[in-house]
Parts: sequence; C-alpha cells; structure tokens
Amino acid sequence: MAYFLGLLIALAAFWLGMSGHFEPLLLGLGAASLAVTLILAYRLDILDREGVPYVRVVGFALYFPWLMKEIVKANWTVIRACLRADLDIAPTLVKLKTVCKSDLAKVTFANSITLTPGTVTVEIDGDKLLVHGLYEQDSQPEAFAEMDKRSARAIDGKGAAA
Amino acid sequence: MADLLANLQQFFEIVRYPAGSALCLAGAILCVIGTIGVMRFPDFYTRMHAASITDTSGASVILIGMALMAPDWLVVVKLVVIFWLVFLTSPTASHAVASAAHTAGLQPLIGRVGQKPDDDEGAA
Amino acid sequence: MTAAALIAILLGMILLLIRTLIGPTLYDRVLAVNSFGTKTVLALGLLGFVMGRPEFLDIAILYAMINFVSTIAILKFFRYRSFQVPLVRRDAQRGKRNG
Repeated sequence: MAYFLGLLIALAAFWLGMSGHFEPLLLGLGAASLAVTLILAYRLDILDREGVPYVRVVGFALYFPWLMKEIVKANWTVIRACLRADLDIAPTLVKLKTVCKSDLAKVTFANSITLTPGTVTVEIDGDKLLVHGLYEQDSQPEAFAEMDKRSARAIDGKGAAA
Repeated sequence: MADLLANLQQFFEIVRYPAGSALCLAGAILCVIGTIGVMRFPDFYTRMHAASITDTSGASVILIGMALMAPDWLVVVKLVVIFWLVFLTSPTASHAVASAAHTAGLQPLIGRVGQKPDDDEGAA
Repeated sequence: MTAAALIAILLGMILLLIRTLIGPTLYDRVLAVNSFGTKTVLALGLLGFVMGRPEFLDIAILYAMINFVSTIAILKFFRYRSFQVPLVRRDAQRGKRNG
C-alpha cells in the first residue's frame, strides 16, 4: 500500500509539473491516465521495493551531493586527459567486491561508478564487479571503498553498512 | 531587510540572463571537449569515458544555465525532469554498451598508451 | 551567447557523426549515436531558448526517453539477433531471483 501511494504521488506530481493547467478537463484526463498506469503496474506486479524506490528517498538525497562532488572531481581529470597534447592515459581493468546486499544498492553503486567519468562498470556478477578505469593509479579497489559504503548506507539502510 | 531582499531580487533579474547564457556556453564547450576525447582516444573503452563527460558535466551545466534563464517555474520543473532522465539513463546505456562489447569479446587496451604522440589514429 | 552554445553543440554533433562513420567497431558507432542523442536533447532545449519558446523542452524530454530505449534495443538486437528474447543472462538463473 505504501508503494501504491508512493507511485500515485510521484505520478500526480509528474503530471502537474508537466502540464501546468488546472482546468477540470485536463485534471480529469490526468486522473484517467493515473488510473490506467496504476492498474497496469499492479497487473505487471512491479509495485515492489525496486519498482517504487521512494522509501529510500531521504538516504538517496543525502548520497546525491557527495556523488556530485565526486563527479566534478573526476570530470576535471578526464577533461585534462582529453585536452593534453600527448595522450597520457593508462587504461586498466579492476575487479571489485561490493558490500551492498540488495540488487537496488548494487545498481546504485554500479551506476555511480559509471556516472563518474574515468570509470565504467563492465560486468556485474553476484557481488563482484569488473570496472574499466582510465588511469591505473586512480582506479585501485581502495578508491571505490567509500562510494561502496555510502551507496550501501543510502539504499540498504544504516544497519547494512559494514 | 525587505529593502535588501528587493535589491537582491532586482540584481538577480538583471544578472540571470547573462549568467545563464554564459553557463550554457561553458556547458557546450564541455560537450565539445568530450567529443574531442571521443575522437582522440585509442580504443572503445577509453572513448566511453570521454563520452560520459557530455552526459554528466556538460548536460548539468547547460541545464543549470537554462534554469537560470527560465521564464516560469513550469520550465524549471521540466528541466529537472530532463536532468533526472539523463542522469538515470546515461549510465545504464553506457553499462549496456560496455557489457555488450565485453560479452562479444572486444579486448580492451591495457597499460600505458601514448608515449609516442602520433599513435592516435582518430586525431584528424 | 545562447546561440553560440547551440552552434558549439552542433559542432560536437558533426564530430560525433564522423566518429559514427569511421568507428572501427559496431560498439563505437552505438556509443557515438547514444552521445549524439544526449547532445540532441541539449540542442533541442537550447533551440527553444534561442527562439524564445521553452515548450521545446517537452520534445527534449520525449527524445531523452526514446534515445535510451533505442540504444538498449539496438544492443539487444545485435546480441541476440532478435527482439523476442528476454533480457536475462543465461548464467544468472541460479539462486532465487537474479542471482
């Protein structure tokens, strides 16, 4: 029921933010499309923790500014690598082990790695990740430990961060 | 206090169009830098890192610039939606491309490259 | 200055088209097309602001969605040679769900 309400609120906010009209006709059309979407989501059986991840929105809101800071720092490195006259890069493949428990936390961790320029998640299998990095010295497994810990805390909750 | 707030708002009204367009220009230059990286880097996996500059910093700087120039709040909401779409879908697409290439057996270049300055074949 | 930003993005799009044409492997081309799509989203938004009609942002949102779906569809097609196969890894079936 909480998932249902979360999806309802998110979809209603999306409709109102997109249309910006408050006439009865458009509000009625919005209500109809909300109803159709909710019925479809219920029949597809995706009203669960992964499909409606709004329960962890506070933890994620705390995680996001830190991620932005990391992205800005990594961007600077890659921009320098793009513009240098000599192509001074040392690509590497690193194997990682994550402490994230749930699939959603693993997805958050892997997407954070991919979103940071200079590192891309190539494969996930269980709790092992294969990461391609642009600089060998910047992408050692220890460099990802804090991101791992923070994304696990953001999605899995306080108790799961080992 | 109200006077100061009114002054600040007036200042913001004056400054937001030049600041917004300057941020748009900066973001566009970041996009071009990412594209130059895509042209220069030696193999597929490294090109992917350059392409992610466009997706992260270029897109967010341009969207912040457009939000400064926005005429009303509806436009800001739409810009936030675009920001979320780009930030949620671009790492997924990058991972899909990388995973498909890795599954198909494309071997990445490992180790230091670029000791000789003329070995990047796509530098034209 | 917004128009200059639009021109710069168009320049980047032209460079990406060259990468799409000369890309040695298929995945280079897919990557270039995906990045081209992101740039198209930004260019549509900027075009709306240059022309003074921010309603173009609706089209940009739609294009962002279509860009993602088309990238995934192309990759799925080149991996399985069909759109009918479910996107589940064959060796990931063990365990309870999604291994």
